Amino acid sequence: MPSDERPEARWLDEDAGPVVRPYAMTRGRTRPARGRFDLISLIAATRPVAAVGGLGLGPEHVGIVTVCQHPLSVAEIAAHLDLPVGIVRVLLGDLLDLGLIVAREPQPMDEFPTEDVFEAVINGLRAL
Amino acid sequence: MDYEPSEPGDGERRLPTAIKILVAGGFGAGKTTLVGSVSEIRPLRTEELLTDKSVGIDDTSGVEDKNTTTVAMDFGRITLGDDLVLYLFGTPGQDRFWFVWDELALGALGAVVIADTRRLAACFPSVDYFERRGTPFVVAVNCFEGARQYRTEEVQAALDLDPGVPVLLCDARSRDSGKELLVALVEHVLDRFRQRATAPR
Repeated sequence: MPSDERPEARWLDEDAGPVVRPYAMTRGRTRPARGRFDLISLIAATRPVAAVGGLGLGPEHVGIVTVCQHPLSVAEIAAHLDLPVGIVRVLLGDLLDLGLIVAREPQPMDEFPTEDVFEAVINGLRAL
Repeated sequence: MDYEPSEPGDGERRLPTAIKILVAGGFGAGKTTLVGSVSEIRPLRTEELLTDKSVGIDDTSGVEDKNTTTVAMDFGRITLGDDLVLYLFGTPGQDRFWFVWDELALGALGAVVIADTRRLAACFPSVDYFERRGTPFVVAVNCFEGARQYRTEEVQAALDLDPGVPVLLCDARSRDSGKELLVALVEHVLDRFRQRATAPR
């Protein structure tokens, strides 16, 4: 290893965990090309995992498609894949661009909520 | 029930609406315990990676020697029906991560501030934050064993809360107690919402 190499480079083998230089997997991008992706935006894959094999996606992209076969929030995706949220947002932007996911932004509570939202929450909580 | 924020396409229409409630309080007050007692999933942890850029506008004391740092948030989920999911986020305790709080508070329905009467001052920053931001909140006094029991009026006075802010006693380990807190919070939010709707502008 050349002596001027950054010390973390020696961790970059196939066993390297995703926390090592995580922006490598976004090719340095820190903002998604598309979409806002709140922590509680809900994401669902539009295709089964088997149908995204030949698209040249990275393993993290495929990981997202895999866990999003049922709707999950951005926070849940990040937790399940053990990736920082910022990284997940960039990857989700790629997938949205390719039409491989759909996203639903949360109800903006401090803007125009309606009373039935509150009542649905209260009734839902009481019914637990 | 139909409360689409915009005009979602066919794909989005089958996705539920998500709402969030924050759980704040001092270190060790029982935030993660409360999230865990009401969540249908084991509480998950998500990390936000902070670069120099993202901490630039904030107080960076303590992180100036690092290019990146992470801030962890524990959260849980409660499915309230086919079309409604509630997420509970424990706010990161570190005071220097206020901008993460800003992101969390954006669009939040409200907050539960957990007070530990043995260290009441630990929840002052949370109370201040939500008061300043106008986020509705309730104060939950976590009744730890061995701690002197206070009346809610005493806590109300000690925290110098607005009279309208509900103060409840709770046991963060109890699911029923947690549910009660959340119902009290949403009822408080609904009250405020109705007052605003009828108040002259």
